[in-house]
Amino acid sequence: MPIVLIVAETQPDGGLRKASLNALTAGAQLAKAAGAELHAVVLAKDAGAVAAQVKDYGVKVVHAGSAAHLEHGLAEALAPAIADLAASIKADWVGAAATAQGRDTLPRVAARLNAAMATDVTGFTGSGADVAVMRPMWAGAVIAEVKLHTPVKVFTVRTTEFPAAEKSGGGEVKAFAPAAPKLPTKHVEFKEVKSARPNLTEAKVVVSGGRGTKGDFKEIEALADELNAAVGASRAVCDAGWQPNDLQVGQTGKVVAPQLYVAAGISGAIQHLAGMKGSKTIVAINKDPEAPIFQVADYGLVADLFKALPELRTAIKAAK
Amino acid sequence: MKILVTAKRVEDPESKIKVKPDGSGIVPEGLKYKINPFDEIAVEEALRLSAAHTGDVVVVSIGTKDVHEQLRHALAMGATKAVWVNHTGALDQLAIARLLQKVVEKEKPDLVILGKQSIDDDQNQVGQYLAEFLGWSQATFASKVEALDSDAEKNKQPGLKLTADKKGLTVVREVDGGLSTLECSLPAVVTTDLRLNQPRYASLPGIMKAKSKPIEELTPAALAVDVAPKLTVTKLSSPPARKAGIKVADVPALVEKLKNEAKAF
Repeated sequence: MPIVLIVAETQPDGGLRKASLNALTAGAQLAKAAGAELHAVVLAKDAGAVAAQVKDYGVKVVHAGSAAHLEHGLAEALAPAIADLAASIKADWVGAAATAQGRDTLPRVAARLNAAMATDVTGFTGSGADVAVMRPMWAGAVIAEVKLHTPVKVFTVRTTEFPAAEKSGGGEVKAFAPAAPKLPTKHVEFKEVKSARPNLTEAKVVVSGGRGTKGDFKEIEALADELNAAVGASRAVCDAGWQPNDLQVGQTGKVVAPQLYVAAGISGAIQHLAGMKGSKTIVAINKDPEAPIFQVADYGLVADLFKALPELRTAIKAAK
Repeated sequence: MKILVTAKRVEDPESKIKVKPDGSGIVPEGLKYKINPFDEIAVEEALRLSAAHTGDVVVVSIGTKDVHEQLRHALAMGATKAVWVNHTGALDQLAIARLLQKVVEKEKPDLVILGKQSIDDDQNQVGQYLAEFLGWSQATFASKVEALDSDAEKNKQPGLKLTADKKGLTVVREVDGGLSTLECSLPAVVTTDLRLNQPRYASLPGIMKAKSKPIEELTPAALAVDVAPKLTVTKLSSPPARKAGIKVADVPALVEKLKNEAKAF
């Protein structure tokens, strides 16, 4: 039986990255289409606890690879471990969430397996050996159907397109010890951008600010807190250093699809729309009635955000 | 320090991309072309590093003769010489990385800097493939601690820093949840994120000088790389368009819609 192997990612704090649950759903969909069984792999200094967690999400086998050199998630450390495992279990597909680590590592895995790779997969089509993947190109202006012709196929998935996997019975955990390669790269430090707000890619509501804020995010943050929302930003805001890079929504930043996306002072360049047009409801607040953001907004309000946002916050508080 | 950079020819990011009715490609009429914006950042970073540590910057592009436009752009910015891999037709990331690997083995740079992704394919793979094929250290999504309006940026300081013994490179990377710092031993492959630098404009003397700089021509056959595609795009389609929404008159009207129509809270 063919095998789909999904790489479940551990975070710097040692826990399972939630995006991996979305990747497991993609893996299950692919396994169904391809008539394959679903395996997962967890790699960490000590992979046991996360592997024990992952085994409950509809996977047949979780491979738990524990070794000291895996601690910081370097691509040069992870890739040989994943590729060697894929070769030994004869995996046909190797996938992961298109997180920073997934994007960093999976092409290196593909190189070791001499495999073709598709990034940011949004769906699968066809069945058996003939499965093709769907993925966005040109900042999402185009959806491409792509076929991979190598014996092993590698992919990352756009997590907003797949719901998080739900617990559905336990698989088996198989521990293994990846050999330590000579690493040409050294981890120096990880500086976390700390925030008490929900994670941008996981939040049900996102309030984003653009150039129109002129760098003043007080009202954006106040509305976000009223709605228990994450804060997002346009490229201009991050380029100017007004907000951390990690908050950028768009083609080359984070892709989000919350229940409610509020864009304040964002004109709506196609590169920004690429990161949020999958949101269920979009609200745009902008002084410029011609701003392109209004073309994708369900509700548009032509107004000064510094006046509209406090009013909106008060009204929402009263209406809740 | 010799640095190799890439300059892919892509559609202008401001272009409106439309799919042909039969799904076989995009409508070419009215499109303008540019150097991939992430590659332009790679060229800029290489120029800053070479200014600080002396050495040549070699720019590579793969495609038809049209890519000379992008190579000349990088030469006008200040690159020393260009390598053109002459090829007509689609290439997948595996083939591109194999071609670059051969060019790297020929040119023997200390560092390769590429855009983290090209804005047409949006694959984000070639740098990583290349690093693995070469067996080199990699640092993807390179950024800079200082903001783009900082003095360090105004003074054209490189964001990538050589270590004291000059055998390594310290790279700050944009990752999920914050910034990660790696130390790569050279030679290494670095891919650029948006905020590594603000690329310079080519000066008029730069543009004049670029005209006489050499462009070396190579082919996949001469590099002994099989470029038969292992990834094929079988069909293109337009994503479902969002239904046009409405404009609301004021905040109370917006709250009413959000509460009763969208049930957003």
